[in-house]
This record gives sequence, C-alpha cells and structure tokens, in this order.
Amino acid sequence: MKSLEELKAIRDRMKSSVTLREEQGDNIRVVVGMATCGIAAGARPVLSAFTEEVAKRSLQNVTVTQTGCIGICQYEPVVEVYEADGKKTTYIKMTADKVAKVVTDHLVNGNVVKEYTIGNL
Amino acid sequence: MQELSLNVLDIAQNSIRAGASLTTIRITERRADHFMEISVSDNGCGMSEEQVAHVMDPFFTTRTTRKVGLGVPLFRMSAEATGGSFSIQSKLGEGTVTTASYDTSHLDMLPLGDMTATIVSLISVNPDLDFLYIRTVDGESFTLDTRELREVLDGVPLNTPDVLMFITNMINENTAELTAADAGTKQAD
Repeated sequence: MKSLEELKAIRDRMKSSVTLREEQGDNIRVVVGMATCGIAAGARPVLSAFTEEVAKRSLQNVTVTQTGCIGICQYEPVVEVYEADGKKTTYIKMTADKVAKVVTDHLVNGNVVKEYTIGNL
Repeated sequence: MQELSLNVLDIAQNSIRAGASLTTIRITERRADHFMEISVSDNGCGMSEEQVAHVMDPFFTTRTTRKVGLGVPLFRMSAEATGGSFSIQSKLGEGTVTTASYDTSHLDMLPLGDMTATIVSLISVNPDLDFLYIRTVDGESFTLDTRELREVLDGVPLNTPDVLMFITNMINENTAELTAADAGTKQAD
C-alpha cells in the first residue's frame, strides 16, 4: 500500500528537477477542451495520454492544461497547441491513439500533424 | 456520457469555474441495499435561488460560446433514470453541493467507471487547487486529500509525473482493497 514515506522520497528526488523546469524557456502549452461536450466525446483519455506521453519523454518545456468549451462541439475532443512564438494549432476529433504522433512530430520535432488539424476539413 | 465518472469530472469542472479552492467528491455505496450516492461539493461562488432553478434547464448556461448547458441535466438524468434522486443546494458566496443517488440494481444504471482517471485528470490540470475524494463501500472508507499531499510535497507540484503516478496507484490500491473487503464479506455470508 502507498505510504506518505514513499511520497517524501519522491519529493526529495523531484526537488532538483523542479528547479530545472523553472529555468526552462520556450514553453509549449497543450490545452484540452474539457467542457461537457469534450468530456462526452472522449477528452479524458486524450488528456491522460498527453500527460503520460509528455512525462515519458521528459518534455520539461511542455505544459498540459485544460479549458472549457471552445465553441466547436461537433469536432470534440479538441486540443489546441500554443507555441512560444504565439503560433496556435487546433487538433480536432482527437483520440488517445493519435496523441503519440502529435507529441513526436509536433511537440518534439516542430512539425504540425496536418491530417489531424481543423484546417484539414 | 458512458460512465458516471465522466459526469463527476464534468460537474467538478463547474466547481473549478465557480472559483472553488476545494472540491469534495464523495461516493458512498451500500451494496446490499443497491444504493449509491455521488456528491460533488465546493467552496466556490455559489448560485442564487434563481440560478439553481435555471441550472436544471438544458437551455440555460452561463457561458457565451454556446446556448446549451447539458452537464447538470445529464447528471440528473443518470440518477432519475434508475429511480434515484437529484438535488442541488447552493448559497451565494458559500458554495454548491450537487447530489445524485442511484438504485444500482436498475436496468438503466450506468457503470461508475474509472474514478481514478477522473481524480487524476482533475489534479493534473489544476495542481494549485485542492481535491478531497472520499470513497465509502459498505461503511469502509478511503480518503485522498491533496492538502495532506501538498504538505508532504513541500513545494513540489502535485502534477509532477511521479506524484501523479503515486496518486493513481494510491487510489487504485485502496479502491481494490475496499472492493476486496466487500467480496470477503459476501463470501463469509
């Protein structure tokens, strides 16, 4: 069973990496639509997949967060990626399976996955 | 919504938008009575009596991006479809309590689903807010309080991957234990 002692060990291990993260620039924000429409369409596994994939790759410059209804409910789950230079990409009808490709191609290598974007309609 | 844990996630989002610093999610089950109650309470801005009356209406929403607000009506429907009940108690400036009760033996009862994913999702994108999750099965309880975790973490964010993994395992292990205890009782019977 998990104990608070184990959490203390994680805390001690993480202290140095938190400092590293604070010093990072070029932040990318991944914003998942988590209103009723998004949740009903499958936003929760998409959010989990982004969180896991970003953690797996130790992408210190990427923040995964949420927003409410973006207003295009028919295309949910919707994910918006904001880059440091202000560029925004809107991915639509996302699934957990598509997340790895977006993380690899876009977040790591800077190439937008055009076939998943709203511009590909 | 395919499972009740998604309704819980949706209702908890309302609490967050209401400016709550603490959201409490309670799930109480009494299996022998086929009874389950889900309550989401918060210390957010609360609602006036008029707003509470309106919030059950699917064509009422405080948001401007669309003209419908289906979260509360869907949650209400999930409970009432099983012959259960639904209520919202709210006070301006104090907060809101949303409660749904279910007859779990009813044909239209939805599965509770993955509550761990719901709680971890809430924490991962709201690391500065606090969540209290209390799961009770046949009188045995498990409590996850992010305020306690935050105290131990001493500045390390709650949404640090290793911390989220710790929380996931903690909820899963305790939920399994609650369920196992229940199975043991049934076997003894």
